[in-house]
Amino acid sequence: MRFLSNLAKALLPCVLLSGALLFLSAREILNPYWVQIFQLACIVAISSLGLNLIYGFTGLFSLGHAAFYGVGAYTAALLMKWHIGAYGEEDLLLTQAAFLGSLAAGGIAAALLACLVGLPTLRLTSDYLGIATLGFGVIMKVLFDNADSVLPQLGGARGMTGIARLTGIPWVVFGMGGALLVARNLIHSRYGRALVAIREDEIAASTMGIDTFRYKVLGFTAGCAFAGVAGGLYAHLYAFLHPSNFDFLKSFDVLMIVVLGGLGNLGGTLVASFAWIFLLEGMRVALPPEYIEFRWVLIPLLLIVTMLVRPQGIFGLREFPFLRSRATR
Amino acid sequence: MYALIALGYTMVYGIVRLINFAHGDVFMVGSFLAFYAIEKFHLPLPAVFACAMGGSAVLAVVIERLAYKPLRDAPKIAALITAIGVSLFLEYFTALHQVFGPNYYAFPRPFQVVSREIGGITVTNIQGIILLATLATLGALQYVVHRTKIGRGMRAVSYDFVTAGLMGVNVNAVISFTFGLGAALAGVGGVLYGIAYPQIHTFMGVMPGLKAFTAAVLGGIGSIPGAVLGALIMGQSETMTSAYLSSTYRDGIAFVILIAVLLWKPTGILGKPRAEKV
Repeated sequence: MRFLSNLAKALLPCVLLSGALLFLSAREILNPYWVQIFQLACIVAISSLGLNLIYGFTGLFSLGHAAFYGVGAYTAALLMKWHIGAYGEEDLLLTQAAFLGSLAAGGIAAALLACLVGLPTLRLTSDYLGIATLGFGVIMKVLFDNADSVLPQLGGARGMTGIARLTGIPWVVFGMGGALLVARNLIHSRYGRALVAIREDEIAASTMGIDTFRYKVLGFTAGCAFAGVAGGLYAHLYAFLHPSNFDFLKSFDVLMIVVLGGLGNLGGTLVASFAWIFLLEGMRVALPPEYIEFRWVLIPLLLIVTMLVRPQGIFGLREFPFLRSRATR
Repeated sequence: MYALIALGYTMVYGIVRLINFAHGDVFMVGSFLAFYAIEKFHLPLPAVFACAMGGSAVLAVVIERLAYKPLRDAPKIAALITAIGVSLFLEYFTALHQVFGPNYYAFPRPFQVVSREIGGITVTNIQGIILLATLATLGALQYVVHRTKIGRGMRAVSYDFVTAGLMGVNVNAVISFTFGLGAALAGVGGVLYGIAYPQIHTFMGVMPGLKAFTAAVLGGIGSIPGAVLGALIMGQSETMTSAYLSSTYRDGIAFVILIAVLLWKPTGILGKPRAEKV
C-alpha cells in the first residue's frame, strides 16, 4: 500500500506536467520552438543529475561527461535505426517499446563504458582524474569523427542523419522524473551515504569499512548511465547527431550547470539546467539581431559574477523538501 | 612551442593549484597583439615580442586580480568554473566586430622562410627560431625561479602559501608575478605560432591550450623541466600520428599517451608523488 502511494506521489506530478504541456502545445498557446527548448532542458537536466552524482555526491572530478552522453546518443540512434529498418514504423506500440529499449541500451552502453574507463582511471585523484576524463572525452570525439569507417550509418564527421523523431513531452518529463527519483533514492540509500562519505574524506571512509574504489566505480557508472539515457533522448529530439555536440566543451557546460546549482544539490541542478538552457535561448530572442554575438560575452560574465558572489552555487546545500531524506524532512 | 604554453600552466598550477583554462586564450591575445604590432605599426621583431609579452602579462595579472583572487579561499571548483568563464569571455569578446573580429587573419611573415638541410634533415629557419626562443626562455625561466628573490618566493608559495606568507613572502605579489610571467611566455608562444602557422583567429587558443595543459600534466605538473619534456613528447607523437596513421586521429593520440602515462605514474613523468596527509 505504502509502495502504491509512493508510486502515485512520484507519477502524479509527471502526469500532470506532461498533460498540461501537451494541452498547451495542442492549443498552440506554446509554440513548438519553446516546447523543443523545454524538452532539451529536461534532457540536459537528466545528464546533469548524472554528473551531480559523480562530482557533487561522490566528489569525482569528471570532465568527460559529454562523451558518455554521446555514446548513449549514438547507441540509441543506431539501434532504433536498425529496428525501424527491420520492422517499419507502422506499429506505434512496438516502435515506442523499441524506443524505450534503445534508451535503456544507450544508458547501459554508457554505463559499461564508464565501468571500463573507471576501473583504471578512478585510481587517480582530483585534478588528475579530471584531465584523464577530459582526455577520454577528446578521444571519444575523435572516434565519433571516424566512426563512419566502421559503420557508415554513424556518419562520422558529417553527422548522423535519418533518426526518427520519437522524443516527445511525456518521454522527457517521465525521464526527468525517473532520473530525479532514482538519484534521490540512491543518495539516501546505504550506497549513497557511502558515496558522500568518500566525497567528504576518502581515508576516513575507508577506515569505516567502505570499499572506496568499488563505490567510486559504482557512482561513476550510475552517473554515466544517466548521461547515456539523456543522450538517447537527445538523438531522437533533434534527429541529427554530430560529433561536435559531444566534444569536451559540452562537458564544461554540464559541469557549469552542476556547480551553479550547487554541488550535491539535486533541486539546484534541476533549476540550473532550466535556467541555463532558457537563458541561452531566451537571449537569442531578447537581443536585437545586430547584438546577437554579445550572447556569449554576457553569459561568461554572468557566470563569473555568479561564482564570485556565490562560490558555493546558487542554492548551496539547501534542498527542496521532497528531495530530502525522510530523516531530515 | 607547446612547451612555452605548458610552462605557464605548470607554474600557475604549481602555485595556486588552479587549472587556468584562460591560459590558451591569453596565448591567442598575445598572437593578435603581435599581429597588430606588425601589421599596423610595423614594429621590428624584438619590439613585437616585447609587445606581445607585455600585453599578455598585463592581461593575465588583471584576470588574476579580478577573477581569481577573490576566490582563493573558496572551493577550488568555483575558481575553475570562473576560469572557464574567463576563457569563454575572452574568446567571444575578442571575436566581436568591435574588437578583433571573427575572421581568420593572415599573420605577416616578418622574414623569408629559408630551409636548409643539416645531416639529411630539412630544417627551416622558422623551426630554428622556435627552438632557440624556447631554449632561451627556458634558460631565463630557470634563472628566475632558482636564482632570484622572487623565484625563491614562488617556490616557497608553491610549498605552502600560508606558511610562506608568515615567513615574509608577499604572497599576492608572487602570485600576480607568476601569472604575469606565465602569460609572457604564452605571449612568446603566440608570436611564434603566428610565424610558424601564419593564420590566426580568436578561437585558436582552445586546442593548443588544452594540449599544452596535457603536456604539463604528462611531464608532471608543477615541474618546469617536466613541462618541456611533456611538450616534446606530445609534439612528436602528434607529428608521428599525422605522418604514419591519419591526421584525423591526431587530436586523440596525445590523450591516449596521457592516460597511459597517468596510469603508470599518477603524477606525471617527472612529478613527485605527494604523500597523503591524514
